[in-house]
Amino acid sequence: MALPDQPAVSRGTPELAPGYSAGSITERIAHIVLHDPLGWRWTAVFGVASLGVLMFVVATAYLFAVGVGIWGVDMPVAWGFALTNFVWWIGIGHAGTFISAVLLLLRQKWRTSINRFAEAMTLFAASIAGLFPILHLGRPWFFYWLVPYPNKMTLWPQWRSPLIWDFFAISTYLTVSLLFWYVGLIPDLAALRDKTHNRRKQFWYGLFALGWRGETRQWVSFNRTYWLLAGLATPLVVSVHTIVAMDFAIGNTPGYHSTLFPPYFVAGALFSGFAMVITLAIPLRAAFKLQAFITPTHLANAAKVVLATGCIVGYGYITETFTAFYSGNEYERAMTLDRAVGTYAPLFWLMLFCNVAVPQLLWLRRVRHHIPALLTISILVNVGMWLERFIIVTQSLHRDFLPSSWGSYTPTRWDVMLYVGSIALFVFLFMLFIRFLPLISMAEMRELVQEEKQP
Amino acid sequence: MSGFGYLVGLHSADALVEAVKAAKAAGFVRIDTFTPQAIEELEELLPSPNRVPLLTLLGGIVGGAAGYLMQWYSATQAYAINVGGRPLHSWPSFIPITFETTVLGAALAAVVAFLWGSGLPRLHHPLFDIDAFALASSRRFFICIRAQDPKADQAQAWLQTLGQPVYEVKQ
Repeated sequence: MALPDQPAVSRGTPELAPGYSAGSITERIAHIVLHDPLGWRWTAVFGVASLGVLMFVVATAYLFAVGVGIWGVDMPVAWGFALTNFVWWIGIGHAGTFISAVLLLLRQKWRTSINRFAEAMTLFAASIAGLFPILHLGRPWFFYWLVPYPNKMTLWPQWRSPLIWDFFAISTYLTVSLLFWYVGLIPDLAALRDKTHNRRKQFWYGLFALGWRGETRQWVSFNRTYWLLAGLATPLVVSVHTIVAMDFAIGNTPGYHSTLFPPYFVAGALFSGFAMVITLAIPLRAAFKLQAFITPTHLANAAKVVLATGCIVGYGYITETFTAFYSGNEYERAMTLDRAVGTYAPLFWLMLFCNVAVPQLLWLRRVRHHIPALLTISILVNVGMWLERFIIVTQSLHRDFLPSSWGSYTPTRWDVMLYVGSIALFVFLFMLFIRFLPLISMAEMRELVQEEKQP
Repeated sequence: MSGFGYLVGLHSADALVEAVKAAKAAGFVRIDTFTPQAIEELEELLPSPNRVPLLTLLGGIVGGAAGYLMQWYSATQAYAINVGGRPLHSWPSFIPITFETTVLGAALAAVVAFLWGSGLPRLHHPLFDIDAFALASSRRFFICIRAQDPKADQAQAWLQTLGQPVYEVKQ
């Protein structure tokens, strides 16, 4: 019987360089995990990040021992760095879900090589985000009081508070992101189990691969589940940042109390998240020589999303300012003027520069394809989005209704240690991820080879 | 024949699809395939019942109903507090959590249905005893005719016509 028994080879498209077959693409990605091509450089970055994590642990331990008084927060500014970091990190997480779920549903081929590490980014960013409200509780060891369970005090959570919605939103988001990520990993874990000759690795990858064999019924189940999870994650990601925005919008503080917040926060989340994807993708493709898989097209497409969401964020700023004056509410108006000329005005103008002015460069094709420029812009956007969160959280609180109760907020060294420590914790987790798990989905890349094979 | 079946590894997805078609034409009915990636044509050639969508729907309904009932019960029955005459059953503010528990229930059900429907987790499998089967997760496309097939006694001879080594998989 004559069969066309030649392996498929990629023909070369904007998403994938030519000459890759299912076997060689698996080989190339598994090599990163199984052979540690970075050596001491990985150890060096991991070492520095570990020191940062140590700092995070020290700051947390001191916070547990002494209380939130070690931070700069006081009345009226009771929400300082902790809530800023919370909103910033959860927003960063959202791009991972957007890439893996929404772009999957829209059948965008360019998501294939970036979805895995973007999902890992989501998982780590959302976990870190979840820590901050807990640290902020005052008595963090009672955080489980947020969980509705029959208890001796016969108390139940307050269902009408956005803070409890937030608890459900974040925990659901973390669980669903983890499931989505893990289900997607199963065929890749099986590939690593089969590739490695190290007994210990065979055992651990084999255990987590759950005995995956690639049977047709397994692939059918796998695809149905993966698409359903994507369909569930899509409204979920919108709901999570909407609820985060409601934490603010349901309060009556000028600068918080606005129906604009949910869509504006979701756009801001995607904006900062895609910037973070670019920030991570550029060093990754250079370090592991993945230019064949993460091509300039991937980066340019992500840059287009940054530009689009950046324009929505800019529009949000305009609407917010317009509404403050149009409403005729003197407190809203005073708060908006204070933003532009008050104590925190330099940060406000810096934020506008980073979030509105700088991304306009991305209209130029040349900038979208210029790697150092993209990296610089994406880092500036991340800085800008952190400033935005800081201004919303802090500046709004420091001048509310009664001048007699005005105050100001200056971060202490413990605030800064927790913030820098949280970035170190993210790097620490991400380094572990790229060391032990494939940072590009091998199964999906093989499908891409099959789709883009030479005729 | 006893045991699990006979197994052959091919080099491309297209070859496997052709082989499955030929095997069906030759009258084999218990055919399994093992591939590095999902192949759409095989899904149609070898249909298998799939309950993932139905169970996901049920999981979502159960999750949403449980989430709403929990809030209704605690706010109106177990811990009813009248604040300024506002209604105890303030359903609009119960919606966000109901939505979250719906998604959670559906996602958990989807993953459980996936594991159940694909026979996972399973720590060992007869196929793992075949050394060449390790390639099934990267570059080789395997076809297996199971021992339960009524024509299993002809399987080995038929598979040899594919031009690749045939492995006998023991139970």
